[in-house]
Order: sequence, then structure tokens, then C-alpha cells
Amino acid sequence: MTARIGVVTFPGSLDDRDTQRAIRLAGAEPVALWHKDKDLHQVDAVVLCGGFSYGDYLRAGAIARFSPVMETLIEQAKAGLPVLGICNGFQILTEAHLLPGTMLRNDHLHFICRDQKLRVENAETSWTTDYTAGQEIHIPLKNNDGQYVADEYTLDKLEAEGRVAFRYLDFNPNGSQRDIAGVTNEAGNVVGLMPHPEHAVEPLIGTGRTDGLPFFTSILKKLVNA
Amino acid sequence: MSRTPLDTVEHAAATPDVELPWAELGLKKDEYERVVEILGRRPTGAELAMYSVMWSEHCSYKSSKVHLRQFGEKAPQSDALLVGIGENAGVVDVGQGYAVTFKVESHNHPSYVEPYQGAATGVGGIVRDIIAMGARPVAVVDPLRFGAADHPDTKRVLPGVVAGIGGYGNCLGLPNIGGEVVFDACYQGNPLVNAGAIGVMRHEDIHLAKASGAGNKVILYGARTGGDGIGGASILASETFDAASDSASGTGKPAKRPAVQVGDPFQEKLLIECTLEAFKEKLVVGIQDLGAAGLSCATSELASNGSGGMRVTLDDVPLRDSTLSPEEILMSESQERMCAVVEPDKVDRFLEICDKWDVIATVIGEVTDGDRLEIFWHGGKIVDVDPRTVAHDGPVYERPYARPDWQDALQADDANKLPRPETSEELKDQVLKLVASPNQASKSWITSQYDRFVQGNTVLAQPEDSGMIRVDEESGLGVAIATDGNGRYAKLDPYHGAQLALAEAYRNVATTGAKPLAVSDCLNFGSPEDPAVMWQFAEAVRGLADACQQLGTPVTGGNVSLYNQTGEVAIHPTPVVAVLGVIDDVARRTPVAFQEEGQLLYLLGDTREEFGGSAWSQVVHDHLGGLPPQVDLERERLLAEILISASRDGMIDSAHDLSDGGLIQAVVESALLGGKGARLIVPDGLDAFTFLLSESAGRAVVAVPRSEEVRFNDMCGARGLPVTRIGVVDGDTIDVQGEFTLTLEELRTAHEGTIPALLA
Repeated sequence: MTARIGVVTFPGSLDDRDTQRAIRLAGAEPVALWHKDKDLHQVDAVVLCGGFSYGDYLRAGAIARFSPVMETLIEQAKAGLPVLGICNGFQILTEAHLLPGTMLRNDHLHFICRDQKLRVENAETSWTTDYTAGQEIHIPLKNNDGQYVADEYTLDKLEAEGRVAFRYLDFNPNGSQRDIAGVTNEAGNVVGLMPHPEHAVEPLIGTGRTDGLPFFTSILKKLVNA
Repeated sequence: MSRTPLDTVEHAAATPDVELPWAELGLKKDEYERVVEILGRRPTGAELAMYSVMWSEHCSYKSSKVHLRQFGEKAPQSDALLVGIGENAGVVDVGQGYAVTFKVESHNHPSYVEPYQGAATGVGGIVRDIIAMGARPVAVVDPLRFGAADHPDTKRVLPGVVAGIGGYGNCLGLPNIGGEVVFDACYQGNPLVNAGAIGVMRHEDIHLAKASGAGNKVILYGARTGGDGIGGASILASETFDAASDSASGTGKPAKRPAVQVGDPFQEKLLIECTLEAFKEKLVVGIQDLGAAGLSCATSELASNGSGGMRVTLDDVPLRDSTLSPEEILMSESQERMCAVVEPDKVDRFLEICDKWDVIATVIGEVTDGDRLEIFWHGGKIVDVDPRTVAHDGPVYERPYARPDWQDALQADDANKLPRPETSEELKDQVLKLVASPNQASKSWITSQYDRFVQGNTVLAQPEDSGMIRVDEESGLGVAIATDGNGRYAKLDPYHGAQLALAEAYRNVATTGAKPLAVSDCLNFGSPEDPAVMWQFAEAVRGLADACQQLGTPVTGGNVSLYNQTGEVAIHPTPVVAVLGVIDDVARRTPVAFQEEGQLLYLLGDTREEFGGSAWSQVVHDHLGGLPPQVDLERERLLAEILISASRDGMIDSAHDLSDGGLIQAVVESALLGGKGARLIVPDGLDAFTFLLSESAGRAVVAVPRSEEVRFNDMCGARGLPVTRIGVVDGDTIDVQGEFTLTLEELRTAHEGTIPALLA
């Protein structure tokens, strides 16, 4: 058997088809989910992909967070449904308070697209078990609003609980506090990060690396072995 | 408040003596008289609005048409061409049932006035042209030209243009895979912001802009119509800025409407998805995007290309501003709108899809069995025209042209006679200065503001020689695109300058391993009313058409941008050429970066002393004179064949075309991208200066694995391509033996530091 992983399309989602491809390449079955549909169609996990949902108007992720699909998703994520938020998906997860902190505009005020070096800090979440803690990987980063911020108390708590999942290495591309590139919730089923693992899954495409594939194989193994 | 009576067709016929503001709308006296002659009466205000925008230079190509015909007359036989010039964009067969549409357009004047929105809506417009053909857009490219890099106004214009392209394209989810950034004082008051896009579809999905089938409904969908961009086509794109300052709305309203449009990429993204879904369900008979000249253009073009007439009720157009007059609605260039022709029984489903994507869609009219385009407003008929007279029968000018009297002196001012470096040390300093000069420096500060990864099919993106996109995941079929232009060469010799632009783009496509198939162009020139400029234009078109014929790559469409000048001073004639190529399997693509130490470097082609218009003459001597490099199209074709064969058969691991900056520029780029240096030996018969800096065309540098050396040499020998071994990939320096050594680190600092220092 394989796992069915949903990918939500909001108006303005861009990487939905790319994420479906990454899921397929990992050996799982992608399922397209529509923002107006509350039904998650019995998927085993969900990815909120990158893009500019609602044009990033008001604030990145702020409108998508109120989509019908999010009602069910928030409820089920709290009950343990694995959810990965990539870039705009991460922003939506923070707006939905499934993950702490928020994203501000990049400190240099420009959109930035680069092959970004990261360190995997937590290899025990639902989405990272195919990495090893401390592993250094390269994942494309591309965003306008990627500066992760939270209050000192929250940051200390995240650090103490091992919930900083990914950290920028060598170069902090957007001014994120403590070089944070991604975080997880307490249970480890909800993970969000700004870089795009779905764009690092094929040797010929993009940067030519496949460092992002373990996100999708991690969740597949977890679901199939469950 | 008294209201003037609605200017209906009836009213116009009854009041022949009413004075209309045809001059303010950009029409010449004889053009207005021609409109009166066509209609047999004075036009209504609405008709005048339509004729004035559609007969503008931008929409009617009235000054350029007589020359552009050569692209058709001299078109080479090509099995690849599915749709040629005249539609929204050309369509090319790339095999396996796939078709690719691509086009380059200009948005020069709006981008000077309002850099962010000007550039953003340039991307939006070209992308809608691609959707209108039935294709999913898959990539964009942006050839850009600005004033001197250190001029204060460049710092105003460039960051806005780059942010606008990124802000719009990134939000649409289109990878930006190529283009150019060039600085030259001649673009100071008139930057060139050209935008290109590529789309992919299956052959059977090709759609055309025509309204056929009486009773079929005309649906306007997308954004509401507002007051932005009114007269943009006629005034901004077709007159110099001095004239633009007296723009008027044509309605006698005191308020000046903004002539630059404002973009909403989110709306456009919805428009793309909703249009593609409607195509998929085969709901669309004909389709046209609303760009320059807005509804005037869409209705008249759809109607004139179809079999019948069209009736439109303007009251049904959803408005952003309820005070808009019918003339303004017809002229508005509000972005993110499209017009579809749909059979009556499919209208409900079409509207349902629009609703799914939260896109406003309204039936505004229908196709009739007559031959008139009739438009109604508040119950009165305000337009009654033969749509062909609006869309296709605009004025055609045989503008006088003459070779400028300064051309001989310019060509006689030979760059080959400029003082050359006398010592190795001086040569080294000049090389370092060259790779750090704004035009030769790394543009990654700019291109890193564009998303090049989205859609997950990007095989190559800038700074590669061409951008490459995978089309089919199973077979690996891909397409490549390169855009090139060199205004300095074209100024010295417009005929050969245009050919050099084509040759370079053609070569760039082949260097990555793709076979060049077809051409689109964006011809940026000064005022056609200046005979010298008109001569440059005529020469460039003739050169390009001749070269396309010889290389077998048809021109599939493009764009002409005239009146690019500040006061009396025109820009360098700047034909920008895009070449589209196909590659059977993207796994065989050849990158620019050096891959492995020990691989042998070969120079393909002949190197002559050619410094006219060169980067060296500009950077070291601030000089422009002499003749551009010689053009040998048969050589270009042979070189391309060798590069494609070598890539397909795995004989080369990296390749870089030689163009501005010559061999050293290419080697430095390959070295920095690969993080591996090179040892170079000056070949017999060449001096180091010419070897490193000449800009002879028809050349490339390739890195050959030692195991392939014999096979590669044999292939070049058998086909008669000159090939010279010039060194080896090695170490962390560029070592020109017997001359100088530069470390990759100092080269990197020089090459990558310039643009951020000027603009960040």
C-alpha cells in the first residue's frame, strides 16, 4: 500500500503541481485538494505548498488561513494529521496558529531566489526522519516575506524543545531570527519551512540536487509503517 | 448640470460639423479624413477613440509595416511553423505532439514613467498573449537596457523595473530563465524593457483570435474595467514624451487619467488557470487578450478575423469606476482581462469555471451574421463600423529613409587602431577591468530577484547561454530560448548588427545543445519620422529577414517599438532577437560551468582582429566606431551543428558561446560558475590581446573529456570547422601562459561585486 498525500490549491498557489510531482517521485499518491472544499478526502497527510495565495494581499497567508479547507485541516492537524507547510504554506500555518512565530518581509526588502544551505536540526518530525540530525542540505529558497520572527520567550522555548527544525547555514537570506528556516509543532506532525524541498527532487532540474526528496520519503515511510 | 446628448451614429450623421479632438488623440489630419471617408460621415466619439488607438503606431505598425513584410516574403521553408505572424504569438511544432508559442514585446515607455508597474504589466501582457494561443505559460525572459550604470536615474529605474518583473512574474509562478541586462548612456532617458514568454500546448489545443458562428456569445472576463491606461497605446507608445504631456482623455474631462496601467498578478494567475480549464473542456471558439487598446482592439480584431460581425452592449462591461464614458471604456487598458467567444450552450459551463476561480465574467455581446461591429451604450448605437477598417486597414506609411551622413565617419573611426595594452601587466589590468565592468559583470543581484525554479521544469536558467525548460517528464523533451541584441554593433552597421543579434541568440541556443527552430523579435528604434532612424530600421529588418532565410529559422511574430529617444537623440538601433530551440532529451544539455579538472579546452571558429563595437573598446576607451564583427551565417550553422552533435553524443561537458568581452569573458564565466580555473595557451598566429578580447562571431569554447578528444577532433575535422586546443581546466586561477595569472577569488570579487555596489 502507499500513502495518499493531499496538496491544497488556494487561489494563487503556485507549487501545487510541483509538490504533487515530488510526492509521486517519492512513491506516494498525490491528491489534489481544493480550498473551497472542507473535505480532506481521507488523505493521510497534507502539504500546503508555496505561492502567493490571494496575492499575498493583506499579509502572506492571512486570507488563505480562513479558507473552508483550513477549518478541517486545523482540527485534524491538532489531532495528529501530518501537515507540511512550504513557504506560503508555512506562512499559512503560522497565521492559523498551528506553528508559532510569523514572517516579515525580507530584511533587504527584495525577493530572493537562491540555492540555500540548511542544517537539519530535528530529524524526528514526521517529515524529516530520512535525514540525520545535523545533516547539511541545499534547498532552493525563493520568497519575499521570509524573515522569521517571534518573541524571545517563544524562541527560547523552541530552541529548548528542539522545535527549530531547520536553520540557514553560511548566509541568512532574509534576516530570520536565530537563522531559523523552519520549525515544528510540539508533536512533530506539523512542520513549516521557507525553502522549497519540492524543487530539489530531480537531478536534472533546478539546482540539480535531490536534497529535498527525504521530506516526502520520510512521511511515506511513517504512514506506510504506521 | 446639463448633459450633452449621447454621440450616437445617428447623432454623428446629423451633426457633421462637430469638431472632434482627433489631434489630441494622436491622429494626423489625413488619417482623420480617411476615417470620415471610410464611414461616409464624421465618426462618433466612440468610433474616433477606437480608430485613434488602433491606428496608433503601437497597434497598427503603420511606419514599419512596409518593411516587416520581408519577414513573410523571405520566410524560409519550415515544417515547424504552425501559426505565423499576425496572431497573438507564433506557434512552433517541437515534436511528440507538442507545440510551443513564444513572443517578445516591449514596454519601454511605461517603464520609464513608472518603472515598477510599467515592467510588471509588460510581463502581464506578454503572458496573456501566450494564454490566448491556448498554451500554458511555462517561462519568461527579460531583455533589459538601461542608461549608464552609475547614472543616478538608473538607480531610480532599474530597481523598480526588476522589482516589477519579479513582483509580477514570481506571483504568476513563471520561472524567469533568461534575458539580458545592458547599460549604455544612449538608453538614459529611454530604458528598453522587453519581455518574452513561452507557452506549451498540444497541437490540438491551438486557439485563435477570431469570432465565428452567428449567435455565439462574446464573454469579457477577468478584472473590472477602470480608468487606467487610457490612451496608453496611442499616446505613450506612439509619441515622444514631450507630446505625451498634453495627453487628454478625449471626453473633455479635465482630469488626466494615468496612462500607465496598474497590474494585479494575482488576478492574472486566476485568469490563466480559469482560461486553461475552459480550453481543456473545449468551451472556447475564439479568444483574444485585452492589451494595448483594450476592448477596441479585442472586439475589432475578433470580429474582423472571424466570419461574421459582432454586436456589443457596452453597458454590460463590469466597471471599477462608474463615471467612465463609453469612449474611455473602449480605450481603457486595464490589465488582466480577456475576451472569449463561446457557443450559447457552453456559456453556463464557461461562467461556472470563471466562478470557481472567482473571476468575474460577463456576456457583453454576440457574433452576428452581418459584417459590422456595432456597439451600444444606453440603448443608442455609438459604433457602427467595418471591423477590418479598424483592425487591419490602418494607414501605411512609406516613411522616407536615408543613410545618415555621419555613418561613414563612424565606420571610419576604426576601433582596431585604438591603443592596445603594451605589457602583460597592462593586459591583465584591462581584463580585470573588463570582467568587472557593468555590462560584463555578473547580474545575479538582479536575476536572484526572479524565481527560476517554480513549475519544477527548469533545466537551465541565467547565466547559462540559453534558458531551458523540460516539456515532457517521460521523454525529456525540452525547449530552449535565448535573447540577444547589441545596439553598439547595430549602430555601426544596422544590417549586420541585426544579423549578429540573430547569430548570437542562435549560437546560444545551440551551445546548450538545442536545435534552433524559430525567431521572435523586438525591434527598438528611435523616431520613424527621422530618416536616419528609418534607415536604421529598414536596414535592420532587411538584415534580419535575410539572415532568418539563410539560417532556416522563420520569424513567428514580434513587436516594434519606435520613438525610443530623448529629445532629438535616438537610442542605438536595438533589434533584440529571441531564438527558440528544441532538445530531444534535456539530460543531454550542455551547461556553461566547467565540470571537471583535466578536461581540454577547445576554441571553435576563427579569431580575427575585430574590436569595432567591442566591450573592450567601450570599457577601456569609451569608444564606439569602426565595423562590427563579420557575419558568416554558414559558419554559424556549422558551429551549431557541431555543438548539438557533441552534446547529443556526450563529447563535451561544458560549452560557452563567445560574444561581447570575447574569449576571456567566456572562460572567466565558465570558471567562476564551475569553481574551477583554467590554463590557457595563446595559439600560434594570434597575439594574446586578440586571442583574449576579439569579438569575432561564430565561435564557442568547449571543454572536452580526454576520452572524447579524438572523436571530437575527428568530427570537427570531417565537417571542416576550425578547432584549436587552447588549454585545460585546472586549478583555482586563470593562467594565461606567458602573460598573467588571476586567481578565481580576485576574478569573483571583480565580477560579482560591481552590480550590488552600484545598485544595492
